[in-house]
Amino acid sequence: MISLAGRDILHGWGRFLLTGVGLGLLIGVTLSMAGIYRGMVDDANALIDNSGADLWVVQQGTLGPYAEPSTLYDDSYRSILGMAGVVRAANVTYLTMQVRHGSSDVRAMVVGVVPGGAGEPGHPTFLVAGRHLSGSHYEAVADVKAGFTLGDTITIRRHRFTIVGLTRRMVSSGGDPMIFIPLKEAQEAQFLKDNDMLLQQRRRTAQNPSLNRPNVPGLLDAIIASQTVNHNVNAVLVQLKPGYAPDAVAAEIQRWQRLQVYTRQEMRTILVDKLIATSAKQIGMFLVILAIVSAAIIAFIIYTMTMAKIREIAVLKLIGTRNRVIASMILQQAIGLGAIGFVVGKIVATLWSPFFPRYVLLEPGDAIRGFIIVMVISLLASTLAIAAALKIDPAEAIGG
Amino acid sequence: MNNGIVIEGLQKRYGSGETLVDALKGVDMQVASGEVVGLVGPSGSGKSTLLKCLGAVIEPSAGRMKLGSTMIYDNRWIINDLRALRRDKIGFVFQAPYLIPFLDVLDNVALLPMLAGERNAAARKRALELLEALDVAHRAKAMPSQLSGGEQQRVAIARALVNHPPVILADEPTAPLDSERALAVIAILNDMARQYETAIIIVTHDEKIIPTFKRIYHIRDGRTHEEAGEGKSPQEQANLYIA
Repeated sequence: MISLAGRDILHGWGRFLLTGVGLGLLIGVTLSMAGIYRGMVDDANALIDNSGADLWVVQQGTLGPYAEPSTLYDDSYRSILGMAGVVRAANVTYLTMQVRHGSSDVRAMVVGVVPGGAGEPGHPTFLVAGRHLSGSHYEAVADVKAGFTLGDTITIRRHRFTIVGLTRRMVSSGGDPMIFIPLKEAQEAQFLKDNDMLLQQRRRTAQNPSLNRPNVPGLLDAIIASQTVNHNVNAVLVQLKPGYAPDAVAAEIQRWQRLQVYTRQEMRTILVDKLIATSAKQIGMFLVILAIVSAAIIAFIIYTMTMAKIREIAVLKLIGTRNRVIASMILQQAIGLGAIGFVVGKIVATLWSPFFPRYVLLEPGDAIRGFIIVMVISLLASTLAIAAALKIDPAEAIGG
Repeated sequence: MNNGIVIEGLQKRYGSGETLVDALKGVDMQVASGEVVGLVGPSGSGKSTLLKCLGAVIEPSAGRMKLGSTMIYDNRWIINDLRALRRDKIGFVFQAPYLIPFLDVLDNVALLPMLAGERNAAARKRALELLEALDVAHRAKAMPSQLSGGEQQRVAIARALVNHPPVILADEPTAPLDSERALAVIAILNDMARQYETAIIIVTHDEKIIPTFKRIYHIRDGRTHEEAGEGKSPQEQANLYIA
């Protein structure tokens, strides 16, 4: 038996292909949405994995540096280093801000790290160009997504930094590229006030009788000096010696240092389940809407194509064609349309994903799931046309 | 008479109560194998209803119908599978050819045996033989839209004949054709009826072809009256289908 669906498609292949391409663009958007969600999860995992930390020590009662403001004294790491099982502990600050680059701004997460290099907690694990931060001041390592090149100069607050290294896949949970600078400058950047603000602060302090007491020389100077320096960090990243259980060490630090400690798994849960949960729901909602729109489009196209063949279907029924042959013809066309749409969608999603501002991860598993969903949608969408075709009276071919 | 189709007392009623319409009030017809008869009558006389009953598209209300040696209706359908009946026992030729536009000429004709389960190659071979007999084999690979009206109608006749049905129902097959082509189509149908031992019933309003029928069934008010067709004057022909 010849394929009636195949012949019909070949007969009007141009129209069928164009329809498939249109549907494919919609499916491409759907696949990209799924890719954006996967990219967000992957970014979160990369953020955790590339931080080089086994534990995150943060202010008590907070969710850590990526989710909530957290402040610790920068000497906390010393007592943490003394805990059993800890091999390295390093201060780190995080600040999302606009970084000036030439005449434009770049939204970035500025990370303050103790200069050291690969393997030190908080540093990028690998570079794609240049070198890690040395002890020098006013140097920066940036993610390539920031668009900087080696030797570029950027301005953070009042200070200018030279890009000495470039890394990859180091972005915040919001998708902003990370810029690594020495901790001391990062602390300044976080808490640095402008000159007018400093003058006002000094004047207010001097006018406060309890801070500017007569007969207590040096008190005012000491207080002003303490106001212009910052000894806070957002977190201490901890690496453990081999053989030590993260949960056990975390419990010890929490108990003795009175700080909040998160293991890698807990931090992953915070990032994926809490930070991007709303975005995930948003994307999920979009996916549902796009699936419904795709189904409606396929149903409408197949229904229209079927209704355009009322006379032919009536003739086919009159000459003895069984309902299952007619239903199969319509179903095959719907499946064919879905298949063309999926192939076009996969191609366009792959082609345009590098141009998205956020990382788009198109997983083969999602593609397989997407294909199955498209086939199911095509099948469901064809039922309307099949029902209409089966209602066509063969007597319509005779007329009268 | 070798019976192609025999119809006795066929009735068809639509509606009930006050809306009851007796479309067919007792039709009697007998068409032998190899014979071509005309079925004429004014609009609303029941021609289309009769054709739909004969074509097993609608169910009559009463009567008997016999195709070849098989009783197919005796106050109820005797045959359960009406689709198979239409496919294997009845050929249809319409006013417009109604070829399947996405199949080439050969497959338009071969489709019926394929639907009946015949292998594609065998069905195409049989279809090609018929197309050769109807002198359109050279257009076997053409699409219907590439054929002239006369060629399309010949392909439609080939499609109706391909399963060698005992009866062919033709609904105004010459209406869109000029006189020359209309008479050519009737000649072909006569040839095919003789060659394939098929009874052919042609519903027509076409004055040109009425004189070509040896027998004509005139349907009026739901009843048939048999008359001779050959040699009728134009006025006599007009009287056949003007109420």
